[in-house]
Amino acid sequence: MSKRRVVITGMGILSPVGNDLTTAWNNIVGGVSGIGPITHFDTSAYSTRIAGEVRDFDPSRWIAPKDVKKMDPFIHYGVAASLDALKDSGLEVTEANAERIGVSVGAGIGGIATIERTSQILAESGPRKISPFFVPSTIINMISGNVSIMTGVKGPNIAVVTACTTAAHNIGMAARMIAYGDADVMIAGGAEYSTTGTAIGGFCSARALSTRNDEPARASRPWDKDRDGFVLSDGAGVLVLEEYEHARARGARIYAELAGFGMSGDAYHMTSPSEDGDGAARCMANALKDAGLNASDIDYINAHGTSTQAGDLAETQGMKRVFGDHAKKVLVSSTKSMTGHLLGAAGGVEAIFSVLALRDNVVPPTINLDEPGEGCDLDYVPNTARQTPLDVVLSNSFGFGGTNGTLVFRRV
Amino acid sequence: MSSIEERVKKIVVEQLGVKEDEVTQNASFVDDLGADSLDTVELVMALEEEFECEIPDEEAEKITTVQQAVDYIKAHVKA
Repeated sequence: MSKRRVVITGMGILSPVGNDLTTAWNNIVGGVSGIGPITHFDTSAYSTRIAGEVRDFDPSRWIAPKDVKKMDPFIHYGVAASLDALKDSGLEVTEANAERIGVSVGAGIGGIATIERTSQILAESGPRKISPFFVPSTIINMISGNVSIMTGVKGPNIAVVTACTTAAHNIGMAARMIAYGDADVMIAGGAEYSTTGTAIGGFCSARALSTRNDEPARASRPWDKDRDGFVLSDGAGVLVLEEYEHARARGARIYAELAGFGMSGDAYHMTSPSEDGDGAARCMANALKDAGLNASDIDYINAHGTSTQAGDLAETQGMKRVFGDHAKKVLVSSTKSMTGHLLGAAGGVEAIFSVLALRDNVVPPTINLDEPGEGCDLDYVPNTARQTPLDVVLSNSFGFGGTNGTLVFRRV
Repeated sequence: MSSIEERVKKIVVEQLGVKEDEVTQNASFVDDLGADSLDTVELVMALEEEFECEIPDEEAEKITTVQQAVDYIKAHVKA
């Protein structure tokens, strides 16, 4: 049985660089950082006081006001991006197609803001004061659940949870569901709202975050010699994936094909990448194999590139292992230099940027790359976007636990 | 200070996201005001907060209309 082809027909984004496709993409191509001081809680006791927040967001634009308070902000973000993606696809949910449309939108951490607040209520006032909405407002599959309830789609309803690889895995697994025949359309991606006290504090203790508090826009600097950790960010990135003939039959606008998906596990360390980029390399190789492509077919890699010392180097080493001589030719950039790291949403917004790069034949820059660090010697498209013909783009995501995912997008 | 009726009504409007004129005396939270089982639990918690009282679960289950809420508060809470 030949695999059913999967294409992208809709996209929705909420991010530190903008809450719609046009604004976000213009900022990404223009090299504009979305990082700033954390505004929604007092950070004076924290070593990191900067993040990428979603600005000017009113959940009641998407969700009935009485339901807004029943959802943690990560659900607001995920629902909003999902509904925007569905609208962008032009697909109408009907009684006839509802069972063939599914949702697979996850988060890396989930409702931690509400968990924090409720823990305080429990400690101060006891269990009787815990809201009956506590559980459904914090569990990770409630983006998929709420999107299904709000739109009436009745196909597969799941949420993959794999830290910073969450969105990439959701997109890849959703594509498999379409290829296998479980659904014709999947709304897939990730969302996150984790710029909260416990999460920032935990990442600070793990020495994972940049402390460049005085220069927020310069803090995320993948591959630069002065990189000092990632910048935590909020948002959501969701795609509408659709079986190719289904999309053609309804005359949908097809952005690109999702041509390949690969996964791997590091079997190495809870938070550090495997030595010499072994896990990353096997993941990229698996994605190429799935797509039936050679390494030399790849024009651009939207890297995981979080701006940590170990991660950026390991990913570079992994690319060299897979791409050989072509590693020096392939263009590599990290849009996290502008968005920061959206954890479970990262692979979603980066899939969107990969698809838009293909559409416009433009590679977004890696900003703040003033002087590459030791061993970081690929063409990272420093500081200025580059116009160049693109046919195949690859997007990497790697997560805590040693969980990796790679997506391959191809011009249709 | 507002009457108990007014305070109950205000909480119902806030919790259930309904219009003030829908919150009539005999309106049922579930049948008339669109509440589900979780909404009614949270509504009772909001009443406890507003009137600084504790409504036992077996009593809370009997509060299904605006009037029943007002009656309970009047009988059990010193205004």
